[in-house]
Amino acid sequence: MNSLKKIMGFFWMTLAPIVIYLLVRSALQNIDSTGTKDINKPVPWIIIITIFTPIAIGLMIFGYYSLKGEYDHLPESSDDL
Amino acid sequence: MVLSDGKGIGKVIFSSSLGTLIEWYDFYIFGMLAKTISIQFFPEGNDTAALLSTLAIFAAGFLVRPFGALVFGRLGDMIGRKSTFLFTLVLMGGSTFLIGLIPGYRTIGIAAPLLVLLLRLIQGLALGGEYGGAATYVAEHSPTNKRGYYTSWIQTTATLGLFVALGVIMLVKSNMSDASFTSEWGGWRYPFWISILLVIVSIYIRLKMSESPLYTKLKKEGKASSNPLKESFGNKANFKMVLLALFGAVMGQGVVWYTGQFYAQSFLENTVKIEFMQNREIMLWGIGLATPFFLVFGALSDRIGRKWIMLSGMLLGVIFYRPIFNTFLKDTNVKEWKKMEGDATPTIISKEILKVDSITTGNELALVTHSKIKWQSQQGTGFTETRADSILNVGATPSVTKEDSKPVFTDKKLSSPMKWKFISLVFVMILFVTMAYAPIAAFLVELFPTRIRYTSMSLPYHIGNGVFGGLVPFIATLLSASSPTDPLVGLWYPILIAALCVVIGTFYLTNKIDKNIND
Repeated sequence: MNSLKKIMGFFWMTLAPIVIYLLVRSALQNIDSTGTKDINKPVPWIIIITIFTPIAIGLMIFGYYSLKGEYDHLPESSDDL
Repeated sequence: MVLSDGKGIGKVIFSSSLGTLIEWYDFYIFGMLAKTISIQFFPEGNDTAALLSTLAIFAAGFLVRPFGALVFGRLGDMIGRKSTFLFTLVLMGGSTFLIGLIPGYRTIGIAAPLLVLLLRLIQGLALGGEYGGAATYVAEHSPTNKRGYYTSWIQTTATLGLFVALGVIMLVKSNMSDASFTSEWGGWRYPFWISILLVIVSIYIRLKMSESPLYTKLKKEGKASSNPLKESFGNKANFKMVLLALFGAVMGQGVVWYTGQFYAQSFLENTVKIEFMQNREIMLWGIGLATPFFLVFGALSDRIGRKWIMLSGMLLGVIFYRPIFNTFLKDTNVKEWKKMEGDATPTIISKEILKVDSITTGNELALVTHSKIKWQSQQGTGFTETRADSILNVGATPSVTKEDSKPVFTDKKLSSPMKWKFISLVFVMILFVTMAYAPIAAFLVELFPTRIRYTSMSLPYHIGNGVFGGLVPFIATLLSASSPTDPLVGLWYPILIAALCVVIGTFYLTNKIDKNIND
């Protein structure tokens, strides 16, 4: 199980930049001054990319911790934290 | 010290839940009255007002809610749970009441949308601080073997808040004409004003409450955190649990919650085109019948652990969302309805010619008749058909009639058996919500120590629900734009996020209940 977590850790680390890339690409494709939907406006995209970037970095750190075996044993009391 | 006697804990649960319910009510009425608010404060054709409107919708949920979780989480860990979630209640109630007092754009111009935006952001901030406080407060009063059950009462408030908001709006609306309701100082403001009464009652009740016993003990011993943000997110051992809570539980729970409770309603209204009142009736029955299951799964999580109940709710969503939403579409296919026989055969009950356009091309004249036809069957099904038929080569013998190949069907009314089938399907989706959402408060509380619990649990909760859940309609529109022929394409976002969460949760989370949260 722990070796599987390590392999998955690599996957989470890779997934994070892919998510950001897809978001930025979608933003560039859909922002359109003639469009009327929310996906055509720049403001929602700016907000979403702003909030998603730290979340994706969080996913990357999660993957890194997983790769390093930080989740092999979860804390059982607050003394472990 | 925990309150194991029914009366004491009952008061704690009631006072905490009531305030949280009111905060949800306040947050929802803005969304439910968005169309009227938009007319009064964000008129079309004004670019600045449009920008402020977009900010009010997106910034309040995505940016300010997690920020509120940090601000009030920190405060709750430093000065106490009681004062903090009392303050969030005052902020929420005050800003809701004030939105109801702002004159419209026609009276005070751009100041109107600016003030509404400001107050909406305060609402988002307050909501970000409320939930963590209420969940922590109830959990810290609960005995170990009932923590899931007692905190599940807090979990019902997001659904009950929706009920109260819908009920109040429908009550006000049914007692006046549409014009009176939507006018500048019309009935749409009443739900905002009513909020202040609810908040005063709730503040009165909360003022009588005492501080959480675990927090009081911690404070007395001088062990309260002086910098909860640093301890929560700067300490690797705790930060990794914050990440685990987000990616292994709350992220999936947020999309399941949003899909069942909100996306289903929007899909039935905008894609399936079910008549306005029947759509709400279906949602209210489905949600109402499923709500007690929050308590059932909360209590069950005390016996068998939180993990598998939450993950089962998400997995069931992953498996059944597409079949359920596909059934909604298939069962309301008007072309199939028209082929039905006997009592189920729809017949025309009225036909109205909306307008006739005449188009001349060279010597030929064509007439395009736009009409609205109402159909109904004896079984109770009905719909409105809007079509544009053309008569080509008018005056010639014979003229050619070209029927509209793509008529639009709206205001679909389901027969009683079909309505109950839809209610059952909504009920099933809310059941998934109750599974994923009911144990989450106890799960989060048990993951973090008392000294930084409020901060540590609030942020993942509001990112999971506010950001991942709140993005469901936006991503659905995005996916629909890239694949317009598939009406179910929007479901891939909640399905993928929930599936990812199930994988992470399965491999990384433990099902063990932390018996001692006094540390």
